[in-house]
Amino acid sequence: MASPQPRIGVVTYPGSQDDRDALWALAAVDAEAVPVWHEDAELPDLDAVVVPGGFSYGDYLRCGAIARFSPATQAIVGFANAGGLVLGICNGFQILCEAGLLPGVLLRNAELKFICRDVALRVERTDTPFTTRCSEGQTIVIPVKHGEGRYLPPPDLDPRQVVLRYTAECNGSVDDIAGVCNAAGNVMGLMPHPEHAVDPLLGSADGGLLFASLVEAARTRALASV
Amino acid sequence: MKARVLVRPKQGILDPQGAAVENALGHLGFSVSDARIGKVIDLEVDAADAATAKAQVEKMCEQLLANPLMESYEVEIHG
Repeated sequence: MASPQPRIGVVTYPGSQDDRDALWALAAVDAEAVPVWHEDAELPDLDAVVVPGGFSYGDYLRCGAIARFSPATQAIVGFANAGGLVLGICNGFQILCEAGLLPGVLLRNAELKFICRDVALRVERTDTPFTTRCSEGQTIVIPVKHGEGRYLPPPDLDPRQVVLRYTAECNGSVDDIAGVCNAAGNVMGLMPHPEHAVDPLLGSADGGLLFASLVEAARTRALASV
Repeated sequence: MKARVLVRPKQGILDPQGAAVENALGHLGFSVSDARIGKVIDLEVDAADAATAKAQVEKMCEQLLANPLMESYEVEIHG
């Protein structure tokens, strides 16, 4: 029997900070949030995985460069390559780029400042598993908090892979790119933090749209696999 | 074998750290331009000769020490 709630894992690395908020946010949109430890070489039975924000392994060398080698990341690469849904947030986005699941890299903000504030984002695509609850061209408000969020795409990035853009200059990202997906569309990364915007009390509930989209896609997959 | 890896931001990539340091040097009265900040990684490599060590370290650069999208690298081997 399929669980009525999709099971969505959240990885905790040494230095993760937003894993608990991500677990809480997923539960708030009716998912069964499952903690995953960075040493787990095998993932439990999951319908999707969230790689959260923070400073994994101290962000030594480059953001996400060391986390790429953790057993859990290796397992996530296998999960994603088999078509599994993976969402990387902030440091999670950096890790997925370093792991080769997403194109590009994130560099130090152009102004050298750590940016911590709400930003407006334009939703460029609503046909990804992460954005079906949004409408195309919709502006959503989600906070950012990062020092290294300047997105540099590879020269051959397909513009269709851009899912979210800052509506105003934020950190020097090329073409104001805030979130991208892989060519297949099952892996997405973004610098803003949807897990900090799932309740109007926190200033915005727009992040809940992304999580609700993910939960819906994960539930559909869970039911299809029964 | 002692190896030294120099990792630099690629040409054409904005290096805000370099720009800030250039600006600070200007405040001290120095006239400088094109300041770029990279990093140095020193290693002791277990290899029979310099060519083998260099080949190994270049592999390390490709796989971990540098991100080819944003960084270039140079390897020096000192017997």
